[in-house]
Amino acid sequence: MANTEPYRTPNESNDTPVKLELRDTSVSFSMDRGESRVLDSVSMEVYDGEILGVVGESGSGKSMFASAMLDAIEAPGELTGEVVYHTGDGETVSVLDLSPSELRTLRWESIAMVFQGSHSSWNPTMSIRGHFNETLSYHDFDVGAGMDRANRLLSELYLDPERVLESYPHELSGGMKQRALIALSLILKPDVLVMDEPTAALDLLMQRSIIALLDAIQDEYDLTLVFITHDIELVADLADRLAVMYAFEIIEAGPADHVLLDSSHPYTRSLVNSTPNLETPIEKMQPIPGEAPDPVNVPTGCSYSPRCQLADERCRTEDPPMIDAGNAHESACHYVEHVDEEIPLSITDVTVQ
Amino acid sequence: MSLFSNSTNPEEPAPKDDAPLISLKDVEVHFESNAGLLNLFSESQVVKAVDGVSLEIGSNDVVALVGESGCGKTTLGKAAIGLQRPTGGSVNYRGQDIWATNDNGTGPLSFSEIRRSLQIIHQDPGGALNPNKTVRDILSVPIKTCEPSLSPNDREARIHGMLERVRMSPPSDYAGRYPHQLSGGEQQRVALIRALLMNPDLILADEPVSALDVSLRVDTMDLLLELQEQFNTSFLFISHNISNARYLTEKTGGRIGVMYLGEIVEIGTPDEILHNPQHPYTKVLSWATPQLDSSEKIGDPPIRTIDIPDPVNPPSGCQFHTRCPKATEHCTNHKPALQSTSETHRVSCYRSFGDAHEYWDSPSIAENETTSITQDPQPPANDCGSR
Repeated sequence: MANTEPYRTPNESNDTPVKLELRDTSVSFSMDRGESRVLDSVSMEVYDGEILGVVGESGSGKSMFASAMLDAIEAPGELTGEVVYHTGDGETVSVLDLSPSELRTLRWESIAMVFQGSHSSWNPTMSIRGHFNETLSYHDFDVGAGMDRANRLLSELYLDPERVLESYPHELSGGMKQRALIALSLILKPDVLVMDEPTAALDLLMQRSIIALLDAIQDEYDLTLVFITHDIELVADLADRLAVMYAFEIIEAGPADHVLLDSSHPYTRSLVNSTPNLETPIEKMQPIPGEAPDPVNVPTGCSYSPRCQLADERCRTEDPPMIDAGNAHESACHYVEHVDEEIPLSITDVTVQ
Repeated sequence: MSLFSNSTNPEEPAPKDDAPLISLKDVEVHFESNAGLLNLFSESQVVKAVDGVSLEIGSNDVVALVGESGCGKTTLGKAAIGLQRPTGGSVNYRGQDIWATNDNGTGPLSFSEIRRSLQIIHQDPGGALNPNKTVRDILSVPIKTCEPSLSPNDREARIHGMLERVRMSPPSDYAGRYPHQLSGGEQQRVALIRALLMNPDLILADEPVSALDVSLRVDTMDLLLELQEQFNTSFLFISHNISNARYLTEKTGGRIGVMYLGEIVEIGTPDEILHNPQHPYTKVLSWATPQLDSSEKIGDPPIRTIDIPDPVNPPSGCQFHTRCPKATEHCTNHKPALQSTSETHRVSCYRSFGDAHEYWDSPSIAENETTSITQDPQPPANDCGSR
């Protein structure tokens, strides 16, 4: 496989430090119908300097995963577990124990977030320059130096800084607004950028252009990126690692090309087979039967068992833990070793070394 | 059931009349923005949403239009089904001019009969269904319009039959639900049934699957094509995603049309568009289509600016020359027409017009630039009314 840069396998080389981790994190809402658990005991590490893609369908809990990283779950949602941020100079910060003012500092200056739908992130009555100014002065940053950085960031995102800064949000196209928002999120020099569907609602050409730009600025600004999307192929060539969510849990995680082309979980394999693309013969594209479970009523055992063609009695009673599938690749399936024989991938001419 | 009255064996193509189902000739849709007191003394600005497009859609035909946001694909689609009156050119339904019929009532069919034969499924199914009406109420309207004599019991049976056909069972449960009690995919199916119950010849489906989850897309597209075959309906699909356009057209032997700034720049079979793209813009769209094979890192986009030019002030010559990596001086002041390169394949780019064309002797304008993408020289592509 013609990978230009060799992939660092974080688990094998101990010198890649962890930047951010979730330990046994859950989010639940009390509802009339019962407790709705929209993030279910998720543990995940984000390594320093990597691009982690988090993939899941609507209602799989991926936005909760993003919000949990910043302790941004809104009441009445309840967040439990641990979120640990490693500053890089040996200190660790327990995000859930921070005071409101410490949390405000962490949120823009260490971990920044870009939400889905840029139109709702901008104040329609304030110019783009106003947003940059306000953010800088609220966090006691030097506005002059900050605006220089803003100019540079905007140029790197292929925007004309002068024109964009003087504009109001409605004067920019969707793609421009989204890129300006990425620049704004990086203005306070965060180490980690968490993006929840940052390119949804844009056309494909703009989505891919933004991804190409992210790939370039990630290196330059030494960023750790968490990119959350429902579209598995969108992040295929951007992400170093991929984590796949199903029914509020992470069911598979590993190096991106392994997860895509040699996945060890029946759900991921079926998802890849159901994704419309240009290579697969169309008669081989198959939808996944059934629907994703209701958060109030998640099946016992493996939550994918009602839709899984490999499921047996054991799957219906015993929830599989994450099982090592080799190459820093983990999968929550009792039948990790048999998955590739039972569910062949439809992209046949591609092999993973 | 009259729903099936025109359905023949799906294996056989429907008998072709002399005239195509829909024929667009040099259709122009220009929006003028001179409204408002503040603009009273300023020059009115014109957005050419569709500019000189000719397209024919036959019976049982499937055409997919692809292009960026703002390229005019939805406006062209609406013009094709008589929802948007063109400012120039003509739209004919089985040889009868739709808008002449609307104005003078001439021709064998009335305007409302024509409009009834041309239906639409909107992009956002949630917004297209009345939140205060149950599925039963929503689906009763087209039946009452088409077959006023049907008894309430027969109507209910028809609704149940259709719900089952789109795999929404038990139908009696679904018929009583309100739109917010349905998932996005189910809402889309109700919108689809509503359109089909009018017994249309052509359905315009505007991004029918882009709001759905990836794993539901193939399923929904299969359903659309199944119904297309059963009801002998033609489909005009609109999408920004070539993968979806490929799926829909490859399964039905349809065509893909690539639009850029109000014009069709390339049209052909999915095989021609995907494996032998001629227009540099078509190649850009292919680049933008993600591949599952992640072995190659994403490179720079093969365009010089990533923002679409301002449609109020479109580029001269070939409209794509401001972004085209292959543009020469010739392209900046000459406009290529759509020319056939095979029986089904047409393209408007000088690079396909033979080696003797003066394009090849003209100096490149792309190589003078140092970076692969430069600043967008145009004002922002935004609503023209504000300036």
